[in-house]
Amino acid sequence: MRYLTDRKRAMGKGSAHSGTEHHWYMTVSAVGLAFMVPTWIYIFGSALGGPQEEVLATFARPFPAILTALVIFIGMRHFAKGATMMIEDYAKGSARRALVILTISLSYAITATGLFALARIAL
Amino acid sequence: MVQFTLPKNSTIRTGKTWPKPSGSNVRKFQIYRWTPDDGENPRVDTYFVDMDSCGPMVLDALIKIKNEIDPTLTFRRSCREGICGSCAMNIGGINTLACIYGLDEVKGDVKIYPLPHLPVVKDLIPDLTHFYAQHASIMPWLETKTNTPAKEWRQSIEDREKLDGLYECVMCACCSTSCPSYWWNSDRYLGPAALLHAYRWIIDSRDEATPERLDDLEDPFKLYRCHTIMNCAKACPKGLNPAKAIAEIKKKMIERIV
Repeated sequence: MRYLTDRKRAMGKGSAHSGTEHHWYMTVSAVGLAFMVPTWIYIFGSALGGPQEEVLATFARPFPAILTALVIFIGMRHFAKGATMMIEDYAKGSARRALVILTISLSYAITATGLFALARIAL
Repeated sequence: MVQFTLPKNSTIRTGKTWPKPSGSNVRKFQIYRWTPDDGENPRVDTYFVDMDSCGPMVLDALIKIKNEIDPTLTFRRSCREGICGSCAMNIGGINTLACIYGLDEVKGDVKIYPLPHLPVVKDLIPDLTHFYAQHASIMPWLETKTNTPAKEWRQSIEDREKLDGLYECVMCACCSTSCPSYWWNSDRYLGPAALLHAYRWIIDSRDEATPERLDDLEDPFKLYRCHTIMNCAKACPKGLNPAKAIAEIKKKMIERIV
């Protein structure tokens, strides 16, 4: 039991003076992904089921390759920031920090793997 | 982690069932009871009220129960017309004011609990200390730097109209206690009520502390824990829209960087 005044408890450590950049990034990336993901699914769906050479040729073309790279990068950044917010909602203390680190690391690992695979196909 | 189950000493048990009066128009009330004095778990007592001799609102029934059946039943009430915000409680699963919530709006048995996710002082009385302290933290008063004018701070009709839908808030806490984000993070998230009041002062044309107010709110928890769930707007017994006020604050934040 800490003897804090009600006001001090409510004020906490004060404002972090951040959060707007995060909010704006999530808004912009959500709008961007709303256009990019359906287009990417259409391209992916068109290539799906074809012979391997045809699939590789599809993703070696500039537009599908660049779009795939953008979907992977922006999608994973969006995922990392969104999942971080979700973790902050439900987890506390050390568990919160550990899960945030894990989520961000996972997103970077998936991004790197995806971009490496794409580079192997497209370049 | 977030607690999804009640601690053992908060598990609700079946309480006393009070005698049923004679008459054909009798309604059953199940009311949360807890007192810190006996160390017992909370319980739900059952009361029967003769509706032929009862007023139309939930508060009328509570007052009748207290006056005629069980004088130990404890709840806050004052104005009986939705102005003071004292009688906020959870009625039939909805946070609302007992004085303006009609018994005809409740289907079946009337189940009454205190506002959710707040410490309980006794029976239907929640501890609003932290809620009020959060309200105080947003500086709910006119902040000016210019010398006080001889007569008054003037405001155009258009600017005054911007306060409509904001100044009517009676701080009953129905919105904040219906917000899941506030349930999980009320230690740091200000909640819909405090943020609605914050916007009421940000948008006030006479207030000169807008930059400081926005600076103070720019925080991942204080403001950005609002995920636009909109329970606040649905719960508000005054028909206000705290979610819209929060969205307007976010827009002002973005206008500062873009």
